[in-house]
Amino acid sequence: MNTKAYALYKKDFNSELRTRYAVNSLAMFIIVAISVILFSIGNEKISQSLTGGLFWVVIFFSAMSGLSRVFVSEEERGTSLALHLVAAPSTIFSGKLLFNVILVFCMNIIIAFLYSMLFEAFIIRNFSLFAVSFILGNIGLAVASTIIAAIISKAGAKGTLYPVLSFPILLPLILTSVQLTLLANQGAGFGDAKFELAIVFCYDVIILTGSYMLFDFVWKD
Amino acid sequence: MSNYSVEAVELNKTFGRRLIFKNLNFEFEDKGIFGISGANGSGKSTLVKIIAGVISPTQGKIIHKEDHKEIPPENLHNYIGFVSPYLVLYEEFSAYENLSYFARIRGVELNKEKIDYLLNEFLLFDRRNDFVKAYSSGMKQRLKFIFALMHSPKLIILDEPTSNLDDKGKESVYKIIESESKTSIAVIASNEKSDLAICESIIELEKFKNNKMNHS
Amino acid sequence: MAWKIFLFILLAFVSVAGVAFPIVPVPHTWYEFPLIPGLKENAKIIFFHVPTAWLSVVAFLMSTIYSFRYLKNKNLDDDAKSYAAAQLGIIFTVLATVTGAVWAKFAWGSFWSWDPRQTSIFALLLIYGAWFALRSSIESEEKKATLSAVYSIIAFLTVPFFVFIMPRIMLGLHPGAEEIDPSKGRIVQSSSPVVDFKMNANMQLIFFLSLIGFTILYFWMWQLGYKSILYKDRINKHSIRD
Repeated sequence: MNTKAYALYKKDFNSELRTRYAVNSLAMFIIVAISVILFSIGNEKISQSLTGGLFWVVIFFSAMSGLSRVFVSEEERGTSLALHLVAAPSTIFSGKLLFNVILVFCMNIIIAFLYSMLFEAFIIRNFSLFAVSFILGNIGLAVASTIIAAIISKAGAKGTLYPVLSFPILLPLILTSVQLTLLANQGAGFGDAKFELAIVFCYDVIILTGSYMLFDFVWKD
Repeated sequence: MSNYSVEAVELNKTFGRRLIFKNLNFEFEDKGIFGISGANGSGKSTLVKIIAGVISPTQGKIIHKEDHKEIPPENLHNYIGFVSPYLVLYEEFSAYENLSYFARIRGVELNKEKIDYLLNEFLLFDRRNDFVKAYSSGMKQRLKFIFALMHSPKLIILDEPTSNLDDKGKESVYKIIESESKTSIAVIASNEKSDLAICESIIELEKFKNNKMNHS
Repeated sequence: MAWKIFLFILLAFVSVAGVAFPIVPVPHTWYEFPLIPGLKENAKIIFFHVPTAWLSVVAFLMSTIYSFRYLKNKNLDDDAKSYAAAQLGIIFTVLATVTGAVWAKFAWGSFWSWDPRQTSIFALLLIYGAWFALRSSIESEEKKATLSAVYSIIAFLTVPFFVFIMPRIMLGLHPGAEEIDPSKGRIVQSSSPVVDFKMNANMQLIFFLSLIGFTILYFWMWQLGYKSILYKDRINKHSIRD
């Protein structure tokens, strides 16, 4: 089961290397989004809470530009039938999720790196808290975006619908993650953040379970 | 003897509230070539997709059995080979890469001898490392046969198997269907006379269309 | 027929009573409401605001339940029921948002202040909006039913988070919310006069009558809604045949 999902991930990874379906637009999107923010700020000093929020704004919209690729590219090219014929739905979902998790981590590490270089107010004072909340937040983001990507790929309406459907689902995660980023930037300890961490953890578990159970219905026409 | 059987029980399919076919019952056992015929839009492709477990029927069910034990739906794909015009393989990979990825996603070791034998049989061996996007439609069709047969399926479903093929290609397809049907079940959905000529029995889908649907 | 007349009388009474009964400092007769410091005449909107908010939640719940049933039974009638519930749901959600915003303008000073419940109803509006956008983008009825059912269940899974996180992230203004105690600087259960909101018996009676009346109205509208969808489907099917 795990090796099959990994094989699917490898397939997607190599296909991505050859077609650059997601990565190019994702990279450009990150650059454009961050430079727009930098231009609009100009020489103003912005507060710490604002950078925390803007950090997640960039993450959300970058995710929306790249994460639908896993399912939309299969559906657009008509290759999903071939996948149907070689693997069970749970394998498909695991493989696609693995791809998106890795993509989200790469993307967000780059965004976090650029942020700490370019924004003076974005200083991570409690790094371990930031890391833990970052990991939990990324997993939740990847899972929710993957199941929504499956839905829109079957809906046939590609680009515009994706952020529209994802935003309400991701809203609790994003609001809590903004809060956690702010706490980490202020240097708060784990004790102050345990409620938020628990929320993000529960969100991950619930969305993951729900997605696995519902994916069969989405995948089977 | 393969001890494989496929049984359809009271199969109904509607798209939205439009009826495709209803009360379809049939059984394919052990081995042989079975045909499904019907005009365009009569639901041939829908029926073969339902048999393959890719879409679900509105009512009724398809039961796949091996040695009289029902196969759970999550393992069904390992028993089925499927060829159709709307099946698409990855264009950015070569034929060989396609086959090796599909084998690994299926969770089996790539059987090199079998692949090479099939590549030879379908006249693709020399082009096995070319990208699929450089293939002609006939070559793609032949590659789909290799994709369908590489894991030695018990049930081979062929939707319009000879579309895009020249006479030589058709000959080799018929030859391989004949030989596969000695050990497994082949189901052909087609309107081509020459395709249906090799079938033992034929289901005519038009008979299962009843336009008066109950409103109750 | 009789219950329709009953419903008409009930809602007519609630509307008249809710708007016209006077608010006095010390109520003497049955038709007088007590004065609530900080709310004054604004208090009357509760007879209309709370039922709409309640029904927006009921409609969302019913839509999810019928989505779930559709996935189980694959019966398009369940999808029609889910759709009819969501149609009413978005109407009541908008009504709750508008009545709430009007009330907020007079009670809290601004139309919108991202109070936890305002945020939650905003999220509910977004979910409904996304749900209808999804449905309108799909041609095939079965796909439409299946995908929107899956989406509404996923959306339903996220709703509890709004209930738990929102009060933590932002301080509430609604009754029962927490607020910062200025003397101690800690978060405490709020004790402002608005929050201490006590209804007397006759106010409660009208409140619950209104709740019951609106709920019956909702179920009636829902039934009309899904039946009309079913009839429309049948007419379409016949016209294709002929």
